[in-house]
Amino acid sequence: MSKHIISGHLNLSPEDFLPASKEEKESLVVMRQSVSFWQDGFRRLLKNKVALASLAVFFVILILAFIVPIFYPYNYAIQLKGSERLMPMQYSAGELARIAAGEKVFPHILGTDSLGRDYAIRVMMGARISLIVGLLASFIVLIIGSIYGSVAAFTGGWVDLIMMRIVDIIYTVPDILLIILLTFALKKPMKLLASAPGFAWINVLGINLISIFIVFALLYWVGMARIVRGQILVLKEQEYVTAARALGAKSGQIIRKHLLTNTIGTLIVTTTLQIPSAIFTESYLSFLGLGVAVPMPSLGSLASDAITGLQSYPHLLFAPAILISLIILSLNLLGDGLRDAFDPKLKN
Amino acid sequence: MLKYIIKRLIFGIATIFIVSTLTFFLMQQVPGGPFAADKSISKAAQKALEVKYGLDKPITVQYINYFKNALKGDFGISIKQRGRDVAQIISTKFPVSARVGGISIVLALIFGVPLGSIAALNRGKVLDRLIIMFATLGIAVPSFVVCTILMYFLGVKLELLPTYGLTSPLNYIMPVLALSFYPTAYIARQMRSSMLDVLGQDYMRTARAKGLSENVILFKHALRNAILPIITYMGPLVAYTLVGSFVVEKIFTIPGLGGEFVSSVINQDYTVIMGTTIFLATLIIFMNVVVDIAYTIVDPRIKLK
Repeated sequence: MSKHIISGHLNLSPEDFLPASKEEKESLVVMRQSVSFWQDGFRRLLKNKVALASLAVFFVILILAFIVPIFYPYNYAIQLKGSERLMPMQYSAGELARIAAGEKVFPHILGTDSLGRDYAIRVMMGARISLIVGLLASFIVLIIGSIYGSVAAFTGGWVDLIMMRIVDIIYTVPDILLIILLTFALKKPMKLLASAPGFAWINVLGINLISIFIVFALLYWVGMARIVRGQILVLKEQEYVTAARALGAKSGQIIRKHLLTNTIGTLIVTTTLQIPSAIFTESYLSFLGLGVAVPMPSLGSLASDAITGLQSYPHLLFAPAILISLIILSLNLLGDGLRDAFDPKLKN
Repeated sequence: MLKYIIKRLIFGIATIFIVSTLTFFLMQQVPGGPFAADKSISKAAQKALEVKYGLDKPITVQYINYFKNALKGDFGISIKQRGRDVAQIISTKFPVSARVGGISIVLALIFGVPLGSIAALNRGKVLDRLIIMFATLGIAVPSFVVCTILMYFLGVKLELLPTYGLTSPLNYIMPVLALSFYPTAYIARQMRSSMLDVLGQDYMRTARAKGLSENVILFKHALRNAILPIITYMGPLVAYTLVGSFVVEKIFTIPGLGGEFVSSVINQDYTVIMGTTIFLATLIIFMNVVVDIAYTIVDPRIKLK
């Protein structure tokens, strides 16, 4: 195909109008595969080095908290006679004698506490408690918050108005006051419930721990409900919701299939950022002596116990303090990374 | 505007009422009661004490009586601290907390706002990275960790500062540092993102095109607009410093309201629990309303409804 030099007219021949050959057709097909929401998000997440590093740190902490204690030769509650207040990597006289006799004794990596309990396992168990509280509490918040928010937004009208007024009131309630009171007040009904047949599992988890979950379930879902409601208010005006309704879908179906699935990015991000705040609150309560019951350790109560011996045994404070900061820091950074990857609009 | 304020006030009063009602019935649920732990009191004396404080009546009667008196401004006398009434306890303990908290808030603003602005103006440079790092850390580290680490290094190791009480100005340094750590980091973070937002606005370019000096642009145009979101944070900040004071007051043995509240819950001192709860809740809710109203005065673009 050549052009006329001056006018730029094309010099066409009849062959130019023949049907395209197979190769020519193929070259026009778009080569790039379509990218799904998840692939797109994960690709962005993989590029974020800070988020990946914090994910790795979080995994290490998860392994320390849930897997290592299974194989660990010491127990968090057993008091070793004669090995009280050992410094890190120090052996007691009895253990030294056993080593001299050719026996292998596992070292106390972080020493022992004033009652002769191995401190490394206590810190790991404390991390386990903190993580369980964080994960379960965020799960409760996710369930209640997303259902409440979506129902309010989807129904609209005066139902929405009343539901959101309730949220407003719970939002302005000074939470820590009620948390302290609730954890105290729930002890008696919980004890009664635990003695009833079929509820023995309450004792396994600990009454205080369950009280903390109930407190979270009662107070902390409001932030999630507000976010979900805001999203659904926008989404329910979309054409595909009208289309679904025209096809005869029920309200519950529309909420589950269309609205909640479209807010999934926001849900993931908000839940991830909820975990550290739950851990924060739990450690805070344990520090004040209102958290999990003895002999169960929590990072907050370990730090609180360590203050009295701060002068001579600072490592008893630093181990749980550093671990709790690491957990919260890594989860915060991971949450930020997930937000940038899956829900960039949420950024401020 | 007036309608909005009235609406908010009604809401606030409703919230305070709900909180205090919840508190009233919750604390009655706690097993034992104020005299159970005290072994020196005989059964008969315990009965007499319960009659004296009206604890023998049914809960609903107690509830109505309490609110009748509370509306008159009478919050009763402490059950555990003989002879001291609740208003007196609050009025001696609160100024202590308010002083520590107030200094912390001022400190957080003095450091947080410039830090955030400097980070935004140096976006992507080393200084920005350093400030972001500080802000991320500040948000992640719980206040009790900050407290205890400060105490270990400044109090125990270097012996620079006293570790308990509030007798000299030196005593204030550590609690104030510990309390202001989180809000400073939070304000710096918020300030950085709102400053970045403002720097990209059209009116900044207009200001430059008019030939205004960099200082005028920075302080009159950028800072004034960027600081607005910080004002909304002031309400929660007051709540935080009050709540954060629970831990800080416990660690540094400061005789403030936060410590008083925690010990009153543990001792089941009913009247003190109710008094401090109503007081703190009112303070927090009132602060939120004040902040909302202040916001419209500073930023006329916002209409309250």
